[in-house]
Amino acid sequence: MGDSQYSFSLTTFSPSGKLVQIEHALTAVGSGQTSLGIKASNGVVIATEKKLPSILVDETSVQKIQILTPNIGVVYSGMGPDSRVLVRKSRKQAEQYNLLYKEPIPVTQLVRETAAVMQEFTQSGGVRPFGVSLLVAGYDDKGPQLYQVDPSGSYFSWKASAMGKNVSNAKTFLEKRYTDDMELEDAIHTAILTLKEGFEGQISGKNIEIGVIEADRTFRRSPDCSSNRRLSSRGRVAVSFSFRRCFKYPE
Amino acid sequence: MVGKNCFAIASDRRLGVQLQTIATDFQRIFKIHDKLFLGLSGLGSDAQTLHQRLVFRHKLYQLREERDMKPETFASLVSAMLYEKRFGPYFVQPVIAGLGEDDKPFICTMDSIGAKELAKDFVVAGTASESLYGACESMFKPDMDHEELFETISQALVSSIDRDCLSGWGGHVYIVTPTEVTERILKGRMD
Repeated sequence: MGDSQYSFSLTTFSPSGKLVQIEHALTAVGSGQTSLGIKASNGVVIATEKKLPSILVDETSVQKIQILTPNIGVVYSGMGPDSRVLVRKSRKQAEQYNLLYKEPIPVTQLVRETAAVMQEFTQSGGVRPFGVSLLVAGYDDKGPQLYQVDPSGSYFSWKASAMGKNVSNAKTFLEKRYTDDMELEDAIHTAILTLKEGFEGQISGKNIEIGVIEADRTFRRSPDCSSNRRLSSRGRVAVSFSFRRCFKYPE
Repeated sequence: MVGKNCFAIASDRRLGVQLQTIATDFQRIFKIHDKLFLGLSGLGSDAQTLHQRLVFRHKLYQLREERDMKPETFASLVSAMLYEKRFGPYFVQPVIAGLGEDDKPFICTMDSIGAKELAKDFVVAGTASESLYGACESMFKPDMDHEELFETISQALVSSIDRDCLSGWGGHVYIVTPTEVTERILKGRMD
């Protein structure tokens, strides 16, 4: 196609009006490990597969879900190192806002600034776009929020979304299962089921990561709880039960 | 000065250069939004410039965040802006007054490099500040309604500025409640 002749430089449009590098970046995202997020009525859950290249890797040192501020967390699909750079920049932007206004940054503002960074790298010389899509989950005065940010710098607010390898199946599954008045417990359960759908091999507490934020506005991550280490690998009920214990739900 | 679910902010009206009076209707209190007022005492030109810069910042904030700034947030912003000029400061002393969440009154003042001073009852600034401190301390009562608050702040203001040679030519008082803003001009010693 004529497009491939324009794929050398990011800052050149192809005749069909696309920036081919961004398309390639999205392909990089699409071949990354699946991650997803669900916004419930009283919180947000994000989750991802954590497939390590070898059993010799110390899984406790790998953290895919990161905290940006005490009330905002993020997960990515795509290139890990790229996501680290974005997390670092976002944390700095959030802290600058806090330093100026002595107020935690609203989720929308942080997403907007992160997206602006990603867009910069699609319009500068000598750089390449980030090869990650981010799912940002937060809880602020406007309630629970979930945003997806793409390598092009565009962002959308989602009720439920998935990215990475198994995206089409995962999204179909989520579309069927999502209800507007879903509570957080159901959302976590659905998230784990969705991950299980496309999972190669046996799902367990060691090869997925879950992050949750609820009305107390504190983002929590699954590996920080020790109770999910021993997981029965039989059946979905056993998997979700130990995560629920991990997050100490009020009765 | 803080009242019951309302606040009042007042200033004198003189603009002068030592003994010469330049204007007798100088505006020193500025509205940032319906529930947030800023009074700037000190150098006239710095007061105007700082006001313009703060309005600029607030307008951008409103556009980006689709909401008004809370008074506490605004106070932090003013403090940060003043400290940016730590080694070449604005010669102003701001007085910030607003109704925050649930219409709870908020007042604070700061020095010219941004040291915030929060208070629950009243804050003062300017050449007559020492006299104002005394007047407010003796006249203030907690939980006054807006009528009584107006009387109190007017008396405190007029009695202090009348005794100060660099302040005067009347007073400008704003009483702000959750539903309305009342602006009144006071007549003191016109000198």
